[in-house]
Amino acid sequence: MNASETKTVKGKTAKELNVKPVFLESGIEVNPVYTEADINESVIKNEMPGEYPFTRGIHPTMYRNKPFTIRQYAGFASPEETNERFQFLIKNGQSGLNVAFDLPTQCGLDSDDPRAFGEVGRVGMSIDTLADFEIAFKNIDLDKITVSLTINGTAIILIAMYVAMAEKAGYDISKLRGTAQNDILKEFIGRGTWIFPVDKSVKLVVDTIEYCAKHVPKYSPVSVCGYHIRESGANPIQEMAYAFCIAKAYTDGALERGITIDDFASRLSFNFDIYGNLFEQIAKFRGGRRLWAKIIREEYHAQQDSSCWLRMIAGGGGGGLTKEQPENNIVRSAYYALISALSGTQTMALCSYDEAYTIPTEHSAEISLRTMQIMIHEMGICDTVDPLGGSYYVEALTDKFEEEIKKEMKTVEKWDGIVNAVASGKIQESVSKQAYQREMGMQTGKVPKVGVNIFTREEESKDVEFHPYDPKGADIQIAKLNKIKAERNGDKVKACLAVVKQDAIDNKNLMPSIIAAVKEYCTVGEIVTAMKDVYGEFKEPIFFK
Amino acid sequence: MKVLLAKPGLDGHDVGVKVLAHGLIDAGFNVVYTGLRKSIEEIVDMAVENKVDIIGMSILSGTHLVLAQKMKEVMQERKLNIPWFVGGNIPAKDIAKLREIGASQAFPTGSKVSDVVAYFNTINVSV
Repeated sequence: MNASETKTVKGKTAKELNVKPVFLESGIEVNPVYTEADINESVIKNEMPGEYPFTRGIHPTMYRNKPFTIRQYAGFASPEETNERFQFLIKNGQSGLNVAFDLPTQCGLDSDDPRAFGEVGRVGMSIDTLADFEIAFKNIDLDKITVSLTINGTAIILIAMYVAMAEKAGYDISKLRGTAQNDILKEFIGRGTWIFPVDKSVKLVVDTIEYCAKHVPKYSPVSVCGYHIRESGANPIQEMAYAFCIAKAYTDGALERGITIDDFASRLSFNFDIYGNLFEQIAKFRGGRRLWAKIIREEYHAQQDSSCWLRMIAGGGGGGLTKEQPENNIVRSAYYALISALSGTQTMALCSYDEAYTIPTEHSAEISLRTMQIMIHEMGICDTVDPLGGSYYVEALTDKFEEEIKKEMKTVEKWDGIVNAVASGKIQESVSKQAYQREMGMQTGKVPKVGVNIFTREEESKDVEFHPYDPKGADIQIAKLNKIKAERNGDKVKACLAVVKQDAIDNKNLMPSIIAAVKEYCTVGEIVTAMKDVYGEFKEPIFFK
Repeated sequence: MKVLLAKPGLDGHDVGVKVLAHGLIDAGFNVVYTGLRKSIEEIVDMAVENKVDIIGMSILSGTHLVLAQKMKEVMQERKLNIPWFVGGNIPAKDIAKLREIGASQAFPTGSKVSDVVAYFNTINVSV
């Protein structure tokens, strides 16, 4: 992207061979030929999969033992529909589901809040109180299904609800499994469902980590998302560097609370994005995996190998797909799946080819699933570990990526660390400038995109389509909320909210008081308001002048 | 010419609106950006305060008709006549509806920055 910061590798250069120079999106110059000389000094020669620093994969046999997990996303409007879906999945032998929430729930507003008007149940399940969780998980054996909560700004409240629901139903929470996205720092960079100031937001993530480490040790409370950072305009180096800085911020917070690195690191996972140059992405993951292992071992002195693992879901990003000639997205997604597998991912997800403009049909969702299955069962992708290991080009680029990600992390340190860089808007500004450059590149044809600026043809323009929205659903949800409010113990609700507020003032871990509050059916909005009274709200830095 | 770019509602997808902000600045416009999650009242307040010539709203969550209706009402209540437009995930069938409500123009996803700039330049002439 930035030719002034040329980052060359060895081998034969473009100049020597008299061909045009080629730069990756990350600014790294690619040589036309790579030779053994390019990897002479590389540590890769002594590396084995399943051994530190895990460049070649976190397990010795990887997919030979068990292919990557296939996970597709799904969103349902009401707790009732979610419950039906759970019942269906269990009957069909599936064991996991991602739960998406509507925007009011994500932003900490109750369904009857005027600001929630028109949004209740629109992009996911609407949650006001624990009663909604109890409906969603009615007659579900929590030992048999793992639930992934796609929630950030209000994650502490929804994790508290999950724990409270399990406790009330008589489960031993020390055995409770599940995951939450709960990566608030990336929300400030992309997606935007922040509520509290940056430092307080990080404190809340650390509260969940501390509580889970002590009481719900099988629960994975955080999944750090490079994905959304890349979708917001970051290049592949920045995607990894910012994600690692974020993961380190949460880790540092956990260590300050007396949690050991080996207690926490193995519960941390990552969510990354795939689009763009094939080799660049593969090197990004391999170099990133090596660097993360080194950070955890060398900087944090982890003893266990599993603490050093970069466990990830790496999925085909929506950013690479086009509305023009949408069938081409099926081909793009197949390449993204190949990249993901060649990079040694643990879990894979693909966007549907038509989701850039419409509601994915069962048919388009099936094509995504089959794309991954064809790769597993017909292409021999699982036969041997890290099939690109030893490639002159891939290894040289992997080494380069490790170095460049490290350098980018240093830049963030110069900006006083990730928390300050996000609070001041430095990261958002640089990412947004790149998104602009990329978009202009596409619009002017400098960045080639098939069907968009090259090999185009006359086609009927695809109209965007939304999930049908029924305002009656919101009325039902509000009626349910009013009923709960009428039936709950008003004195206990007030007392619980006062404790949440006092604990916030006293800088205590808020998990226990929030769990107590949700058990008395305090609403998401009430709890957020109590917290806002103490913490205030994030003031978005505006950098346009 | 001064443009207010706004994000009404709860939708936090701001890549597009920021791309447009950069593009307008490069094309010589003066840009004020509201930031995320603003009510229509807050947006209009900012427009008046900053004496902008035009308001652009970026909406990707499907709530564009509801928000456009609200914009029309607030403009009428306050007896204002600032031209406003909508950009984002707008189905083709809703473009006419938005214009009926009172939007000067609607730019669905996939519109080029240069199209928006060209359109703004025509507004500049007529204002």
